Amino acid sequence: MSPKVSALAAGGGINGVALAVLIVLFLVVTVLGFMATRFQKGDTLESLDEWGLGGRKFGTWVTWFLLGGDLYTAYTFIAVPAAMFALGSVAGFFAVPYTIILYPIIFVFMARLWSVSHRHGYVTTADFVRGRYDSRVLSLAIAVTGFLATMPYIALQLVGIQAVLDVVGLGGGQNWLAKDAPLLIAFVVLAAYTYTSGLRAPAVIAFVKDALIYLVIIVAVIYLPTKFGGWEAIFGAAADKMSTTNEVTGKPNGAFIPGDGQMWAYASLALGSAMALFMYPHSVTATLSSESRTTIRRNASILPAYSFVLGLLALLGWVAIAAGTKPIGVDGKPNPQLVIPQLFEDSFPAWFAGVAFAAVAIGALVPAAIMSIAAANTFTRNIYKEWIRPDATHAEEARVSKYASLAVKGFALVFVLTLDKQNAINFQLLGGIWILQTFPSIVFSLYTRWFHKWALLAGWGVGMIYGTIAAYNVINPATGKHFGGSLNLIPAIGEMGYIAVTAFVANLVIAVVVSAVLNAMKVENGSDETTPGDYFADKGDLRVEKDKAIRRQTGSQGTISE
Amino acid sequence: MTDSRSGEPDVPPPTNKTLLVIAGVLLVLPVIALLWVSSYNRDTPRLWGFPFFFWYQFLWVFLCAGLTYTAHRLVLAARKPGPGTTGHTTPVNREGER
Repeated sequence: MSPKVSALAAGGGINGVALAVLIVLFLVVTVLGFMATRFQKGDTLESLDEWGLGGRKFGTWVTWFLLGGDLYTAYTFIAVPAAMFALGSVAGFFAVPYTIILYPIIFVFMARLWSVSHRHGYVTTADFVRGRYDSRVLSLAIAVTGFLATMPYIALQLVGIQAVLDVVGLGGGQNWLAKDAPLLIAFVVLAAYTYTSGLRAPAVIAFVKDALIYLVIIVAVIYLPTKFGGWEAIFGAAADKMSTTNEVTGKPNGAFIPGDGQMWAYASLALGSAMALFMYPHSVTATLSSESRTTIRRNASILPAYSFVLGLLALLGWVAIAAGTKPIGVDGKPNPQLVIPQLFEDSFPAWFAGVAFAAVAIGALVPAAIMSIAAANTFTRNIYKEWIRPDATHAEEARVSKYASLAVKGFALVFVLTLDKQNAINFQLLGGIWILQTFPSIVFSLYTRWFHKWALLAGWGVGMIYGTIAAYNVINPATGKHFGGSLNLIPAIGEMGYIAVTAFVANLVIAVVVSAVLNAMKVENGSDETTPGDYFADKGDLRVEKDKAIRRQTGSQGTISE
Repeated sequence: MTDSRSGEPDVPPPTNKTLLVIAGVLLVLPVIALLWVSSYNRDTPRLWGFPFFFWYQFLWVFLCAGLTYTAHRLVLAARKPGPGTTGHTTPVNREGER
């Protein structure tokens, strides 16, 4: 592999030792991924429950690592510190309150979603909406949104991998193939092991990934601040940089601590992101693959450990300011996304820089795998089976899911190659604008059927259209490109806020008003296949066991593994 | 609202509403505290060189974990397993360990 890789690098300064360590660790992970098919094995992988939910039997610890995989991504390692480095605390540090208030929010409703899904065999949120309202159209809207919103999030992971490979000296050749070859290689490996092992691959790799990440983080947050003069000096350097006037915009570079006019932005970014995260197909997948209702809630109280580390990682963006890190790409242009890998390369011995690069790269691969599997599940169940091939067998479903997981990665690749990568955190925020619009249909419907299905659809439509247009109209002052940020003026309040939250409020108002009208007119609101008791079902529910027994006797779904 | 697929009772389990309300308050505290940005966007007092703004939010990581865990115990106590919840006779909080 190495001679070929160095040939691709076409004159860039390659860090040979770091690259070798990176490749070795990458190979170890790949082998583990292929072996993962044996982990807690069911009878067959040829069903969606097995391939896509790991047989629904992950306990507290595996679930912890899987959910952590959703949070510890290139978002944490690359995008948040880069935003801190370039734009300051409003653009970056909101990730800390976001990942704290996330847990009380999921504590409240995820257990309910787990129960009703366990009872009725739902794999996606669109399944639930379908069952709750018997509405194929609303279910399709949820499924399409999930599929769409996942793409920029996977794209963010690719930007992370690309950043590492860029700093290590790969890529940057003249033609596009040489330039992007490292990205394509990493992607083929990811696609291959996800394809064969399903959700078991990322679950197993998540252990290795977290071990590597913790090692790197502990070293980084203890060693680096001392090396660069202690936290006092680091905060001093950051405060200086943030208050300096930017030559392009004529305004200060960023915020050291959010000031008067920035508090709505900070709070709405945190709240909007927290409400959005568990609407993504991959977060739902990670939750539903846990073995009991209690597992989820216990996890909600131990997962904040991740937020603490996330905060320290965010501050590494400011350590890089104190260290004078210059994030210049192989192509010779400055790129804030490179700041963390560059800081590691400048400050660590080459072999440890390699370990750190591996941690970041694998830390992007695992979530990318989980995300693509989840988006694929959604496509298969709620688009393919619902609209294209209603009589698909379980084996066929699993097969289509595998193809769809390849397709969604392909779309994400297109995002990376075409969109502005200067502020990668914006990819995740763009996905958040879209996915948050499914919140009323999913979360409110867990508690009540007062909302009318057509009202929820109308609210969703208004939120999606407003959000997309508003995001398109944000122009990056430095590059002049559209989709340049995720904040705009909140109508009626007149301060900057996260577009997702404004769109969500519009969505909610429409849903309430139209529901009131349609309910008053007594318009039929679909039939509900769930019962109040379903929302409390737990592992070993007698009714679920009974349904399984009936299925076994009739043999109508012979491929299911139970 | 009966379910044709089974003959089991499909009603919510008996619930201690008071405990649920207390749990709800515990869960809402971190959300309010962190969204109320003007209560903590200050530089001082500093702790180990960290401006107040930063260490205060780090502190909430631990407070939130504690509050969420307490809420978890309260909800388990509030909702004993009953018809419609679980087929197990063991308490719910002993399940799920692996």
